[in-house]
Amino acid sequence: MTEILIKNGFVVDPRNKINCEKMDIAIKDNKIVQKVNEKTAQIIDASGLTVMAGGVDIHSHIAGAEVNTGRIIRPEDHYKDPVRKTSITRGGTGYSIPSTFVTGYRYSAMGYTSVFNGSIAPMKAKHAHEELNDIPLIDKGTYILSGDWWFVLENLAKGDIDECARLVSWLIHSTRGYAIKVVNPGGLESWGFGRNVHSIDDQVPNFDITPREIMRGLIKVNKKLNMPHTIHLHTNNLGIPGNYQTTLDTMNALEDLSTDGKPVAHITHVQFCAFKGENWRKFKSGAEDIAKYMNNHTHMTMDMGQVTFSDTTTMTADGPFEFSLYELGGHLKWVNSDVETESSGGIIPFHYKRNSPVSALQWSIGLELALLIKDPWKIFMTTDHPNGGPFYDYPKVLAWLYSKKAREATLKRCHKSARKKSLLPSIDRELSLYEIAIMTRAGTAQALGLPNKGHLGIGADADVAIFNINPETLDIAQKFRTARKAFANAAYTLKDGTIVAKDGQVVNSQIPGRTIWVDAQTKDPCRIDDEMKRKFKEYWTIEYENYPVTDHYVKVSDKLSVKASV
Amino acid sequence: MEQKLRATLITGRTIEQGVGKELGKGSEEYYVGCAVCFFDKSDMVKLGIKNGSIVRVTSKYGSVIVKAQKYRWGVMPGMVFMPCGSWANVIRGDETYTMGMPLYRGFPVEVEAAPDQAVLTLEELLMQQFGRNSDE
Amino acid sequence: MSKTINNVVCPICGCLCDDLEVTVENNEIVKMKNGCAVCEAKMVHGYKSEERILKPMIRKDGKLVSVSMDEAVKKAAQILTDAKYPLLFGWSSTVGEAQRIGVELAEELGATLDNCCSVCHGPSVMATQEIGIPAATLGQIRHRADLIVYWACNPWASHPRHVERYTAFTDGRFEGSEWQSYVKKLKADSNRKKMEMASKRISRVEPPTKAASFTGPPPQMLEHKPGRKMIVVDVRKTMTAEVADYFLQIEPNRDYDVIEALRCLVTDQELDVEKVGGIPLDTLREVADAMMSCEFGVIYFGLGMTQSLGRFRNIEIAIALARDLNRKTKFVISPMRGHFNVTGANNVFAWQTGYPFALDFSQGYPQFNPGENTAVDLLRRNDNDATLIISADPAAHFPSVIMQNMMKHPLITINPDMNAISRLGDVVFPTQWCGIEYAGTAYRMDAVPITLKKVVEPPPGILTDEELLVRILEEVRAIKAKRGEPVGQAEPKIAPHKPTKATKTSRECPIQEKPKRVTKKTKKVA
Repeated sequence: MTEILIKNGFVVDPRNKINCEKMDIAIKDNKIVQKVNEKTAQIIDASGLTVMAGGVDIHSHIAGAEVNTGRIIRPEDHYKDPVRKTSITRGGTGYSIPSTFVTGYRYSAMGYTSVFNGSIAPMKAKHAHEELNDIPLIDKGTYILSGDWWFVLENLAKGDIDECARLVSWLIHSTRGYAIKVVNPGGLESWGFGRNVHSIDDQVPNFDITPREIMRGLIKVNKKLNMPHTIHLHTNNLGIPGNYQTTLDTMNALEDLSTDGKPVAHITHVQFCAFKGENWRKFKSGAEDIAKYMNNHTHMTMDMGQVTFSDTTTMTADGPFEFSLYELGGHLKWVNSDVETESSGGIIPFHYKRNSPVSALQWSIGLELALLIKDPWKIFMTTDHPNGGPFYDYPKVLAWLYSKKAREATLKRCHKSARKKSLLPSIDRELSLYEIAIMTRAGTAQALGLPNKGHLGIGADADVAIFNINPETLDIAQKFRTARKAFANAAYTLKDGTIVAKDGQVVNSQIPGRTIWVDAQTKDPCRIDDEMKRKFKEYWTIEYENYPVTDHYVKVSDKLSVKASV
Repeated sequence: MEQKLRATLITGRTIEQGVGKELGKGSEEYYVGCAVCFFDKSDMVKLGIKNGSIVRVTSKYGSVIVKAQKYRWGVMPGMVFMPCGSWANVIRGDETYTMGMPLYRGFPVEVEAAPDQAVLTLEELLMQQFGRNSDE
Repeated sequence: MSKTINNVVCPICGCLCDDLEVTVENNEIVKMKNGCAVCEAKMVHGYKSEERILKPMIRKDGKLVSVSMDEAVKKAAQILTDAKYPLLFGWSSTVGEAQRIGVELAEELGATLDNCCSVCHGPSVMATQEIGIPAATLGQIRHRADLIVYWACNPWASHPRHVERYTAFTDGRFEGSEWQSYVKKLKADSNRKKMEMASKRISRVEPPTKAASFTGPPPQMLEHKPGRKMIVVDVRKTMTAEVADYFLQIEPNRDYDVIEALRCLVTDQELDVEKVGGIPLDTLREVADAMMSCEFGVIYFGLGMTQSLGRFRNIEIAIALARDLNRKTKFVISPMRGHFNVTGANNVFAWQTGYPFALDFSQGYPQFNPGENTAVDLLRRNDNDATLIISADPAAHFPSVIMQNMMKHPLITINPDMNAISRLGDVVFPTQWCGIEYAGTAYRMDAVPITLKKVVEPPPGILTDEELLVRILEEVRAIKAKRGEPVGQAEPKIAPHKPTKATKTSRECPIQEKPKRVTKKTKKVA
């Protein structure tokens, strides 16, 4: 039994409305508790330091077939970042797609303790879980691509929401997934024959359904299943100029589904969905329109997908998008990876350059969105790792958010399009530590429906990040570099009540982290009769019985059971 | 009739080799399936050999005795085919062009009839090549 | 007592067929349904043959002598720790769980780690690193492909059920099986042969040979044939070519030229030659047209490409062709990965280290350099000073000149049966058959993970690959610790975890009011 007392830190805990108050945090085993025996407990002197809950990343591609293919095709990316083994940590490689162990270590060094994996194809879920098992020091979950699963398309086309819900519940359970992921609804199926859908009302070839119906259907399914998270949505036309209109159409189309003012969908990496202009030459920022909409509505949450100017690797289940990116030219490597009956995928290494008009504007769009949307509970900080930049660029992104000076410094060095075609230079807002804590932990944990994460209230998981920032003496907006360094190297990271990193160095790699997954229990279990099994045999090239992820694949399982209403 | 045939060697999988390897490397099936070289009909006429004749296949890297067999699926004059296995290894080359992959196919060999030679078994071949085998 | 186990996965080739029906009697497989000839050879006979190793052995005075597991593990660990630059090679016929430990062992030893892919589809991986690859899972081909090209491979021998389960002879949602039309063709062929024989007998004159007799049926067939079309390109006619609608026999080592010619034709360039690689240009144009006009095309390529002159450049150009074709239609390309889990070896190595094969840990971090760290090159230079071979048989697949260098140094082998390399080992470990005696994960040729099943109990005293490697690793760490060298930590033991309680409704935040806390609030921050 271990007891830890974190003394005299400035606690920032937005969930409990605590803003930089000097207080103690007591930990017993792996939970935050009322108090511990001060004489026997290990004391962490946090005077002059900021104490937050461990970071919760809502969208980051850290594991799975797509991620690993990215690793395999980019040796040149790893060459520049070898990681030596030590007597407590494993070796590996870093940069845009770090190896699994290094992923865990580096998240931990930044004070992150939970990370949710962007997307995986259900058929390859075992692969993702094997990788997640090899990522130590963080809790993790993964979203399951369901939007173009043939059973979903067929049942939604029939209008049978209940049956669809039962099947999706079976799917999430048999892939040990956390949430329903929808990527370019209808587009992935169309890509099977090299086509795409271009608006939310386009017909999906060979299926009597439109993207609008898929999204609305799955939101209804999500509600019926009582899932902790909303559907996690990657919109149609992502990465194409003029797509801000598609994003607005999508949000409009879903508005009536929120009956209680609560979010019904999470638009991920929204930066890529906020492009204005008819073509790349006339490319402009559409952030203002989206922010305006978001400020007047409550039915959506978002994450940034910030671009950070680095040589990175784009990867998404949106196969047609990656192909269009390849068609733009200048890319040597293009990977396409269709998955039968459920998904597609693509990978292209991409260098976001400061002097490129498009990259520079993308950079400013992400920041505009985060700063123009007033409520930080609605938009969260991500880089859509590794699509906008690797996750270890988070401190840079934070600096741009809390310091106008930091933004100016970058604006000066990047292409003029970032100044001329966006509102960013005119925005004065600088986020406080409180708002940053919302965008990186409290807000994400709430959007994910994780009661024990993202805050430091009694009963919460003892995942704590302590940063070398003294809010009384350090003006982070002015001394943004000092604060950035502090966010990059957490003074302490505690995972499950154990100190795992200190001053940005991993000191204990023995905490494996849990895999959190949802078991949405339907009243009638999904009926897998002979007819179903026959269909399964027709649709997939593996047998029904060999499809599900078994317990063997989840090293430390944390099942979140919810009662569904079907 | 010619003394020697210059040909291009291809090595690869055959179903007999596949079955043989799964039954066991010491099995009769593996021996029969692998210690063999396939010829085009016209080349067999040139060399004056028949199905089952013993031949010596020689490359820059070594020389091995195997049985000749007619290739049944099609014509391939000037080309000989050997299944993957320890016998083909004797004549396979070590040049990788710094890519990790040695010479497995598409390099020149010479074939001649060797009626008075015996085809070594796996154990004999290992002993000949490496000076040891599983003899307990 | 007999029981039948369904949906058993075949642990042999990259197809990983998972529909086998296995009948077990008295802990022995006696019957098997749905498998191919190779599968039957292993699952019903091979795995229990007399070649099976039942005890660890150590070579003493040139002879292999049975020893206890402890002694063998100690000896192996001693050899590996004494070596300055050991090579750990194989991995393609074992499960991912064992491959994971393999990486850890290599890291602990500062060893070179390579898998069989360096002598099969290593060049394909390298080509992918050059230009990426448009690929798809096998089911995508089943449902959609109307043009299937097998290039330099012979699935009939190497992946016997590939055509039947995944490509031309399978029924998909949008494309049907071509089995029927093949049967018709067979009948027509045999009738034609009978006619020829008869006419020969009557006239005693050789019938005129067809133009380009080896290129199969005349080109028009390709254009007008309804349904799926199958083209085989190879240096020799194979059984697979027999099944195909169209066969191109190209000259050895000319794959690159022929594909480049096709690329030119696909991108509307003119070629001023009569033939490329022995194939008339008109024939190539037919093929190019078929490729451009299909709805969904696929090229499967085999070792004929990766092992011929040009190596990974052949693959690179083939991928470039598939990529060009995506501007006209949908086209994918995939390697015919050989062993059942060679794809898994690439994947496991990659997620743990960033690189798929050809790894060197001697600097304390993974380094990747094919041509330097690949097993054959390492042995060719005679650089390594001890070898561990697991679930592979280089004595049956490496050139003898290479093997002779391997034999200059101590050799440890881990294989279930007495294959060629085990016959040569200094320390010979037995192990269980994965997919028969123990379960684990394998990755199909299209990187779909499938769980191999356990169907019978292993012989007593034999460990799985994973267990054995863990024991060797522990022993290695013990020896290193004794010598005062730094050692890595073993994997943490997992304590059971209490599940998170269900929330009443999903998006509700359970903690709304400020909870009571420890705290003496000292000071409020302004």
